[in-house]
Amino acid sequence: MPATSHPASVDAEGFGRELDKIRDEVLASLGERDAAYIRGLIAVQRKLELGGRALLFASWLPPAWAAGTAALAVAKILENMEIGHNVLHGQWDWMRDPKIHSTTWEWDFASPADQWKHSHNFVHHTWTNVLGKDRDIGYSAMRISPEQRWHPIYLAQPFYNALLALFFEYGIAIYDLELERIPSGKKDLKEALTQLRAVAAKIRRQVVKDYVAFPLLAGPAFLPVLLGNLTANLARNVWGHTIIFCGHFPEGAEVFTEDRLENETRGEWYVRQLLGSCNIDGGRLFHIMSGNLSYQIEHHLFPDLPSNRYGEIAPRVRALCERFGLPYTSGSLARQAGSVWKRVLRMALPGPSPRRPAAGPPASFKAAA
Amino acid sequence: MILTSASPATLLQRLSAAAQWLTSPLLPDDYLGLINPLWGAGELCGRVEAVHAETSDAATLVIRPGRGWTLHRPGQWVRIGVDIDGRRHWRTFSLSSAPGRSDGRLTITVKAVRGGLVSNHLVRSTASGTVLRLGRPEGAFVLPEPPPPRLLFVTAGSGITPVMAMLDGLRLDNADGPDIVLVHSAPTPADVIFGGRLRNLAARWPRLRLHERHTQLEGRLRPADLARLCPDWTERSVWACGPPAMLDGIAAYWTGPADGLHVERFSLVPAAAAGSGGRVRFTRSGREAEADGGTPLLAVGESAGALMPSGCRMGICYRCVARLRSGQVRDVRTGQVHGDAGEMIQTCVSVAAGPVEIEL
Repeated sequence: MPATSHPASVDAEGFGRELDKIRDEVLASLGERDAAYIRGLIAVQRKLELGGRALLFASWLPPAWAAGTAALAVAKILENMEIGHNVLHGQWDWMRDPKIHSTTWEWDFASPADQWKHSHNFVHHTWTNVLGKDRDIGYSAMRISPEQRWHPIYLAQPFYNALLALFFEYGIAIYDLELERIPSGKKDLKEALTQLRAVAAKIRRQVVKDYVAFPLLAGPAFLPVLLGNLTANLARNVWGHTIIFCGHFPEGAEVFTEDRLENETRGEWYVRQLLGSCNIDGGRLFHIMSGNLSYQIEHHLFPDLPSNRYGEIAPRVRALCERFGLPYTSGSLARQAGSVWKRVLRMALPGPSPRRPAAGPPASFKAAA
Repeated sequence: MILTSASPATLLQRLSAAAQWLTSPLLPDDYLGLINPLWGAGELCGRVEAVHAETSDAATLVIRPGRGWTLHRPGQWVRIGVDIDGRRHWRTFSLSSAPGRSDGRLTITVKAVRGGLVSNHLVRSTASGTVLRLGRPEGAFVLPEPPPPRLLFVTAGSGITPVMAMLDGLRLDNADGPDIVLVHSAPTPADVIFGGRLRNLAARWPRLRLHERHTQLEGRLRPADLARLCPDWTERSVWACGPPAMLDGIAAYWTGPADGLHVERFSLVPAAAAGSGGRVRFTRSGREAEADGGTPLLAVGESAGALMPSGCRMGICYRCVARLRSGQVRDVRTGQVHGDAGEMIQTCVSVAAGPVEIEL
């Protein structure tokens, strides 16, 4: 993940104009089909959750426990990824349905929707992969680029990355508080405390629901229900962590320095989003389960277009990249996840020396050539 | 102070609060709505159970309201939210039924206006089973209780709809009931909404006199005609509903007591030309500013001192969305002019297209 500046030869404005065209076309064609998709998906997700919890009540039958836990895990994954994340992006605001709207939505995730919209929609999506601006680079806790100065604490990062995977939603909630900005005064302590209270209130409701209320309702099945809910939550965390880390951290995704932002045009912004993102290949069901973040490139180019359209426009975006000589990074889940872990392990150790932007075209350009 | 045991309402509220611990972050309503949208009380819904054609371009929708509907008074209107091609649109319609029907249903009667997206959809493309969103009954165009002894209704086109609800609510069979004159305008006899019903009522009850004005043959009703059709009209309690020109004409011609004339307007604010800018009012902060057609409302609000939420300022992060109370805006990216009252708009990529009110 070397820091780069894009080569001067790229016609960023032409590229941007073509992308704007795709965007306008999709916007103009949004309609009943899309509305039916999200409404249908929300109904499926809620029924899966109800079904999963009902099955868990019968969990003295081992197959019921396994099926209930699986259904609940899938429901929780859909709720966070294909529904929650995308609704909070405003992808469905065009329907003007206050029940499916970025300003009213709350999700089953420790980070309150409002804090998430700030740290994710605004900070991460605006300043994607810019060192010192995008806090999502290593989530301010890990070294994933040679530009980040090494410190002995990073020796432990393979361990705490695994821990982060298991407790991802809590990690993100704490991360969204931007605690590291308090000492420098960039963030108000009072504000952080208010946010912390909001996080605590959300966690309390989640814990009561999954680990107290439903197990108690199940009576003699208290323990299996609690374990089923715990398993579903952990599975959701690990899955979310895996998909999200594959979006910006595999080989091929680039990191930028702050000077890149100076007078950045719309076209250059598109190019940066493209270079900083990686896709994951898979089937339709896999894309839905990953919240269509497997189309991370399309999502970063058009964060507010409905996710069901990413797969449809992906071939066109890819063709555009070829035409403009830009890389389009995509790989299987195994390859991308392996690449992320390789990076986490490598960057735990000192070095390598950062590649200077002026040193030549970035690795991905050579790969694409 | 008298202590009483918990009323059913508070018991229900407590149960609902307890159930919220099981449904968090959603509401019990969200799951009830999976089974039947009418069961949720959070968002009032109604299901269309029948659609009857009234004329070639008007239809009555028979709607079963969901939990939470409060009885209306005859003459009131209701906001109806309808999803067309995935997008929700809100329009206002008079209720055409009297409240408290034995079958628990209500009706609205809609006339398809030329180029009207929602009215055409409701009249021509709405099937039984469609779920609509309902507002609360609103409006002050309602008869006092008891009703005045002598009434004159002056209506045109779909302006008959609130009056139909009133007639339904008045006991026409009562010998002591009010004396009613109804002057209704429509292009031809076939265009009279509720034509058959009104003629039957008038034939049956001598206390109701009906004058139909067929404007294609006889020309538009002039206020002076009223004095001829109903010589004691200024002594009656007059209730008028129809196009603005008709209402303005009657009001100008009215010589009776000021509180004797009641008008109901279905006013439409015409959309201003795209990108023309306009006066922007931020309702919560009370700030106002003149906006040109090129400055995003976010910047307009900020320089006017309104409290504006903001983020990326390029239309991607949705941190700046705010509710539009009135007016229309233009999306600077697409050039599209849009705006329904209550729509959430992105202020960072929207400019004023005419006068605008934003709830910030």
